[in-house]
Amino acid sequence: MKQLFVFIRKEFFHVFRDRRTLLIMFGLPVVQILLFGFALTNEVKNAHIVISDNSGDVQTLQIINKIRASSYFTVEESVLNYKAIEKAFRRGEVKCALIFPAHFSEDLKHGGKTQVQIIADGSDPNTAKTIINYLTAIITDYQQQSSSSGLAYRIIPETRMLYNEEGNGSLNFIPGVMALILMIVCTALTSVSVVKEKELGTMEILLVSPFKPVLVLIAKAVPYLVLSFANFTLIVLLSVFVLDVEIKGSVILLFVESTLFIITCLSLGLLISNATSSQQTALLLSLMGMMLPTMIFTGFMFPLENMPWIFRMISNIVPAHWYFLIIKAVMLKGLGFEYIWKETLILIGMTIALLGIALKNFKIRL
Amino acid sequence: MEEKAIICKELTKQFGDFYAVNKISFEVSKGEIFGFLGANGAGKTTAMRILCGLSYPSSGTASVAGFDVYRQQESIKKNIGYMSQKFSLYENLTVLENIEFFGGVYGVSRKEIKERSNDLLETLGLQKESRKMVGELPLGWKQKLAFSVAIFHRPKIVFLDEPTGGVDPVTRRQFWDMIYEAAASGITVFVTTHYMDEAEYCNRISVMVDGRVEALDTPANLKHQFSADTIDEVFYQLARGAKRSAD
Ligand SMILES: Nc1ncnc2c1ncn2[C@@H]1O[C@H](COP(=O)(O)OP(=O)(O)OP(=O)(O)O)[C@@H](O)[C@H]1O
Ligand SMILES: [Mg+2]
Repeated sequence: MKQLFVFIRKEFFHVFRDRRTLLIMFGLPVVQILLFGFALTNEVKNAHIVISDNSGDVQTLQIINKIRASSYFTVEESVLNYKAIEKAFRRGEVKCALIFPAHFSEDLKHGGKTQVQIIADGSDPNTAKTIINYLTAIITDYQQQSSSSGLAYRIIPETRMLYNEEGNGSLNFIPGVMALILMIVCTALTSVSVVKEKELGTMEILLVSPFKPVLVLIAKAVPYLVLSFANFTLIVLLSVFVLDVEIKGSVILLFVESTLFIITCLSLGLLISNATSSQQTALLLSLMGMMLPTMIFTGFMFPLENMPWIFRMISNIVPAHWYFLIIKAVMLKGLGFEYIWKETLILIGMTIALLGIALKNFKIRL
Repeated sequence: MEEKAIICKELTKQFGDFYAVNKISFEVSKGEIFGFLGANGAGKTTAMRILCGLSYPSSGTASVAGFDVYRQQESIKKNIGYMSQKFSLYENLTVLENIEFFGGVYGVSRKEIKERSNDLLETLGLQKESRKMVGELPLGWKQKLAFSVAIFHRPKIVFLDEPTGGVDPVTRRQFWDMIYEAAASGITVFVTTHYMDEAEYCNRISVMVDGRVEALDTPANLKHQFSADTIDEVFYQLARGAKRSAD
């Protein structure tokens, strides 16, 4: 035990003397969060929308004028069917379509309520959400004005995001960035630190010593566990204080689940270090082998539901995918453990398997 | 009866159908300085690794410090020190940190580490450099430090794989003084080298050619046997027939 402590202390020396790695480790989340954060707060101005007025009565005209009057939109009016709208979305000419049903005014008069349909291009979820919010606000505003003049109207906006029904993307990038950074930092740094000893020849000396080879791996992993934990805390703080993201669920649960995922990543790093004996290969494997799948298969960059089934199948074996689901549930939706125990169990299973293979394959004989 | 530190019988290591070490047999007595000579690629490092418990032999038997290389590697490890062919201290740790780390890994107590490292730094004349990074030391000092670290836990046997490679003659001389000192304190020294003058310093030497031990005796007897003036000549006569080139 004392030997392990000596070893861990040595690892911390290595880590703290390697300023460049430290800088990357803590600089990466800051840059990522800020970059994504600024990309997020894009004000919508002069967004092209198309209004399809199937009713053409006084009230729809009033609403349309209200929309025209706001500086947010460039309005084009035409009667379009669903197919044509989709085509316009595809070409990127239009961001949103507002459709008034026939008999809008009559429905309001007789039934006291009616619907409008808002369809937005969900492939750009931030913009889509903002536009929907603005449009809904304008309609609500109109409704209130009319109500104050004595008529109790209810206009129900029915919104849809085309290509991305759930509106993935807006805040989703935070759990995504968390998964990405933990993945990169833990996996790459751990694997490189083990492989470094092989390259330097010190691994040989360690294996000749009575020190247990498995403890070598544990000692290697501990500092990165601690650092990753600090790193995760930094990301959370940045999200909360710089980006004003509200953590809806339990913070403790968030940290527990993240610690689990950090261990998953460390295991992956150890596994990679078994497979290679050069630092460059280890780094390349960690970055290419881990970063790309994390970006593609978690669904935080590109909505998974639009991907071919084979991609969705593959995503099931990517640990980051499950972590992403967990964090999204806890942080953004405020769900408790009872909603994510299945995902947690899967992640635990993966971790045990990865760690087992890593420890078993660790070459203690040359 | 004189006990043996190392006993090898027909020890063989095969990589595929290539015999890196081919049925070598020898014994090393306790307290002896045993020179393990051979050209590049002769199989010295491979044999040494087996004796250190770093790899298993393909066939044959060997025991180190009375422990079997197949079944008792863990016990072997507690009784040996090893200095590998590659320099293997941590360059971004200080002299003292390296000593503390390797001492700790070998299970030397904190108190002992403190005492011994003070003595060690004094004998090496490295007190002023104790907080310097090892990477900043000149090669000769690094090698001397690596040797000191290898015997820091007072092993019964120390294995040195080309410890003086690339070191200047004066420092080599000092290095061998350290080896003598270690041997005098009862440590058996098993050393490989390419410097034939160093072979003369050994109690006994073996010469390996293409995985086989072709000659084994005291330097004086070998010179007599091959009617040569120097070990260099003996070595040349033996190594001439070698088929393996440098690796
Ligand atoms: N893991 C391995 N797989 C295949 N061949 C190997 C392996 N390790 C060593 N060899 C081969 O075995 C032979 C002996 O190598 P070894 O390193 O023992 O030589 P050496 O006597 O130490 O040489 P040097 O003086 O250059 O250090 C070489 O030809 C080498 O290429
Ligand atoms: Mg060698």
